[in-house]
Amino acid sequence: MNALELKNVTKKFGKVVANKNVNLTVKSGEILAVLGENGSGKTTLMNMIAGIYYPDEGEIFVNGNPVTIASPKDAFDLHIGMIHQHFKLVDIFTATENIVLGIKDKKRFNLKDAEKKVIEISSKYGFEIDPKKKIYEMSVSEKQTVEIVKVLYRGADILILDEPTAVLTPQETEKLFKVLKKMRDDGKSIIIITHKMHEVLSVSDRVTILRRGEYIDTVATAETNEAELTEMMVGKRVSLNIDRSEPKNPVDRLVVNHLNLKNSENVKILDDVSFTAKSGEILGIAGIAGSGQKELLESIAGLHTSAQGEITYIDPQNKEINLMEKTPVQIRELGVRLSFVPEDRLGMGLVGNMDIIDNMMLRSYKKGKSMFLDRQPPKKLAKSIIDELEVVTPSATTPVRRLSGGNVQKVLVGREIASSPTVLMAAYPVRGLDINSSYTIYNLLNEQKENGVAVIFVGEDLDVLLELCDRILVISSGTVSGIVDGRTATKEGVGLLMTKVKGAKENEE
Amino acid sequence: MDVNMVAQFISRAVLQGTPLLYGATGEIITEKSGNLNLGIPGIMYIGAISGVIGGFFYQNSGSEVVPFLAVLIPLLCCLLGSLLTSLLYCFLTITLKANQNVTGLAITTFGVGFGNFFGGSLIKILKSDVPYLSLVKIAKAFKTTFDFGSDMGVFGKIFLSYGFMVYLAIIIAVISGFVLKRTKIGLHLRAVGENPATADAAGISVNTYKYLATCIGGMIAGLGGLFYIMDYSNGIWSNNGFGDRGWLAIAIVIFSIWKPGLSIVSSYLFGALYILFNYINVPMAYLPLIQMLPYVVTIIVLIGTSVRKKRENQPPQSLGLTYFREER
Amino acid sequence: MKNKSKRTHEPLFHISKRTDVSLKTGIIIRIVAIILALIVCGIVTKIFTGDNPISIYKTIFDGAFGKGRTLVTIHEIAILLCVSLAVTPAFRMKFWNIGAEGQVLIGCLSTAMCMFYLGGKIPDGLLMLIMAIFAIVSGIIWGIIPAFFKAQWGTNETLFTLMMNYVAIQLIEYFLKIADKSGSNVVGPDLLTHGWFPTLFGTNYLLNILIVAVLTVVLYIYLKYSKHGYEISVVGESENTARYIGINVKKVIIRTMALSGAICGLAGLLLVGGASHSIDSNLADGRGFTAIMVSWLAKFNPFTMILTTLLIVFLERGADEVSSKFGLNSDFAQILTGIILFFIIGCEFFINYKINFNHKKRAQVKEEK
Repeated sequence: MNALELKNVTKKFGKVVANKNVNLTVKSGEILAVLGENGSGKTTLMNMIAGIYYPDEGEIFVNGNPVTIASPKDAFDLHIGMIHQHFKLVDIFTATENIVLGIKDKKRFNLKDAEKKVIEISSKYGFEIDPKKKIYEMSVSEKQTVEIVKVLYRGADILILDEPTAVLTPQETEKLFKVLKKMRDDGKSIIIITHKMHEVLSVSDRVTILRRGEYIDTVATAETNEAELTEMMVGKRVSLNIDRSEPKNPVDRLVVNHLNLKNSENVKILDDVSFTAKSGEILGIAGIAGSGQKELLESIAGLHTSAQGEITYIDPQNKEINLMEKTPVQIRELGVRLSFVPEDRLGMGLVGNMDIIDNMMLRSYKKGKSMFLDRQPPKKLAKSIIDELEVVTPSATTPVRRLSGGNVQKVLVGREIASSPTVLMAAYPVRGLDINSSYTIYNLLNEQKENGVAVIFVGEDLDVLLELCDRILVISSGTVSGIVDGRTATKEGVGLLMTKVKGAKENEE
Repeated sequence: MDVNMVAQFISRAVLQGTPLLYGATGEIITEKSGNLNLGIPGIMYIGAISGVIGGFFYQNSGSEVVPFLAVLIPLLCCLLGSLLTSLLYCFLTITLKANQNVTGLAITTFGVGFGNFFGGSLIKILKSDVPYLSLVKIAKAFKTTFDFGSDMGVFGKIFLSYGFMVYLAIIIAVISGFVLKRTKIGLHLRAVGENPATADAAGISVNTYKYLATCIGGMIAGLGGLFYIMDYSNGIWSNNGFGDRGWLAIAIVIFSIWKPGLSIVSSYLFGALYILFNYINVPMAYLPLIQMLPYVVTIIVLIGTSVRKKRENQPPQSLGLTYFREER
Repeated sequence: MKNKSKRTHEPLFHISKRTDVSLKTGIIIRIVAIILALIVCGIVTKIFTGDNPISIYKTIFDGAFGKGRTLVTIHEIAILLCVSLAVTPAFRMKFWNIGAEGQVLIGCLSTAMCMFYLGGKIPDGLLMLIMAIFAIVSGIIWGIIPAFFKAQWGTNETLFTLMMNYVAIQLIEYFLKIADKSGSNVVGPDLLTHGWFPTLFGTNYLLNILIVAVLTVVLYIYLKYSKHGYEISVVGESENTARYIGINVKKVIIRTMALSGAICGLAGLLLVGGASHSIDSNLADGRGFTAIMVSWLAKFNPFTMILTTLLIVFLERGADEVSSKFGLNSDFAQILTGIILFFIIGCEFFINYKINFNHKKRAQVKEEK
């Protein structure tokens, strides 16, 4: 019997279709991987099983019975538990308090007993957990442990894990998978969302593939291979065919030396990072999500005043300019044409509620001595970006929030390259974009490279990095684990570097 | 100052502090659910006038005033009035997801107006023949004290000289503190105020908790208004007599860093500051400066907690924010 | 069939956010809400006065725009509008300043103190200049104290500004005690004899009204067309974006609250120097709080605010008339204002959210039965 079955489930957000006629089955005692690119609707689908969203159409069956999951409570009653990608924990509570949160039983409220049970569960599956530790004092993997114990504590039979490994080190991932397999052998059903192929192959029994919100197929892991899965995931065989020209007389443009950064909790985010970006080439940055890529770019852009080390810009006239401890405005005033496409487009790069014209002004509004805004240049810029990059929008006065992901990114990238930069940094610029929009972005980056711009490209898809970049810097837990040539490097080689440093260091000690 | 003076000072401070304690306890419970109910001052007015209206009908019904009913009727009317007002606040901010600050201020505008209007016009509207709104008989029932208290000298004066509502306020505050800290309901409520999305994902009905906390908090606060009229003012309503005690109650919430236990002490402390001028030798002109002290001290506490950043002492994290599950 | 009955409860409807409401629909929803509110107000009034509804509305209208009342009403609108304008820049930045009451009062206090201590000792023109400077500077100080702590340590501004109101009130009480030894609660025109604003064209209050009219236009332009206004919007929408483009968020918070405080101080100046020529701790009369609602109802647009202030003042003045006509308490106005506010606050829901009824599913269930 199927522990869980979804039939023709559809969910829309306004005009955006997040899931369209999706089918999915999970049996008892199996691990099902849900595979799909970023933005393929995996998380939305899982949120509907967990009661966070309510489906617009379709039916859900648990153990063969049709059910309505209108709230997370309904999901719990059906023994469904979800471990969200963004942890749902109350910071000022202890681990145990978080774990017992929301449990409705007739028993007297007793944290001591609960603590004992937490330790019991942890030792059964091999977790390490301090039941009295406050969440805000915990590391990411500790928090995840709390989340998993929480679900087990209330006796979930169906566990959903949303990209659980994105924040883990390889060792932690290994541990997690062991636990998952133990649970499967216990008869539990596990759904794991991921877009990492090797994880799918190593942990799952079957794989369901989603693409752009639509259900593609479900296959047994043992009967498939990486190539076949990739093909289903992206729709066609991945021969990316991204152009890559030879860099034309590259010179050093941006030199970063011994860059260190700690976050507000005094944890090292960047640990002695050094590299050089050259004009006319694309420097890729590869790494597991959250390894410090974002903070690296932000430090260069002047958003982290607490960063330490050296960041030197060498302008085309060979003059060296120190960028340390400079704000974005000061950097601009020094004549450094540094553009930055941040990861969070609507939360950082653009203002969602403002129209395209006003968003064009974000970088340039300060120009001129007048205390008033001059909306003419941004208006022209908006028009030209809409025309040249084929942005689909009702008009230039439409709030960017209403545009689709690809068009939002075109507006952002368009603005950033409009200031004819000498250094262009882009963090995950194709995340959530469809294939066509992605290629538009690749071409734009290549164009910039050919114009002699030093391009820094943070990506998550190794295939893209290997086909697009001239050199690839691999970052792992905030340290540079290697810089390789994009033309000769192999996927395995880069993959190894992504997970290397921590283990290596431990061995040394 | 001799011992009797001190005893008198303390007992008057307690009387001054009790309405504040009701208000503060009510607001703490409310804020713990993430609702910043700025309508509390209005709700306290409504609680007071509802009790007065109930008492007025009873006292003028012609029948003999039985102490038990004289307490029960105003009490129930007060609870009902505060409950309905709190429900309105809940409906607007929780169900209709309106801005909490704006709604709360509107409730206060409405509530203060409601209280003063009926306080000033009740007799006129009912075409009653009594000259002014006075509930002395009812108040007497509220002010019944322990018989043996008066024989016990200073001790009796400080601890046993009050009507039941003074003790009720302490009991409610202690129970609230216990419930918040030691029970499942308290844990859930705090989770709702800290991080409603998390509470929701844990299967806690965020809206139910918000409704319940806000309504119960509102009813407790309403009792503060009732106490002020029936006990402190001897059953005589005067317009705006309650003054800014509602806002002072909100100040106490901050001052007590959202802990009902602490709010008992702080309420009496604020009460003491309120009447301090009677007992120290300063010119009348300085009176306002002394009355300013509670607010200044509260500001200092507010600054202090935010500078120290001790996580446990911060306002509930989602305070003032509306929760919508499908936000994205 | 059996399985069907095992279903857990089916929600009748679910709510989703909507962003596509046209301007027209939005306006219609609000107008409907106001009409409903006026009907309820009429019913409430009828209950308490027994008067017939038509006559009630006539009384309300007379109260606001009857003979000899229009000018006062317009002045009331101007003052409330001025305070509403004051809180607006901060709100656009999502800085919840509920301390406008105190900022206005401190402006009143400074003005009155100048009049009291300097009146008659220096030429009136100079006195007025000094009054203006002191009123505005004191408003600025009252505004930037909480702003500074918010910017520096994230101190909760709602609670901070709320407390500052009462500090201002007590300061006024203190001044009253010093200035008027008789112990009265007001320092009146007999003590504040100099520094009265001149009447223009023989009309009282006209100067105040003109100042606020100009201010409305200026603030609209400031918010919409100036670089500062743009920065305010960016900070309000997303602090991350502000950081990303190098806006100094702390500076903007403090600068904007200084502006809010300055306009509040100005309102205090207009109240004392241009209208009452007296001071008491109730002079702001809750306008600092009402202004928050006015500004919010107008979606922080200065021109729309003219309409929302008109509505509120119209009701207050009208209800005043109703209550005096029937010998009721004047707080009746606040009840009506409250009712109107509840309706408008409530109707926002229908503009921002969509209720989706699960018609299809229920129909399906019926069919299966």
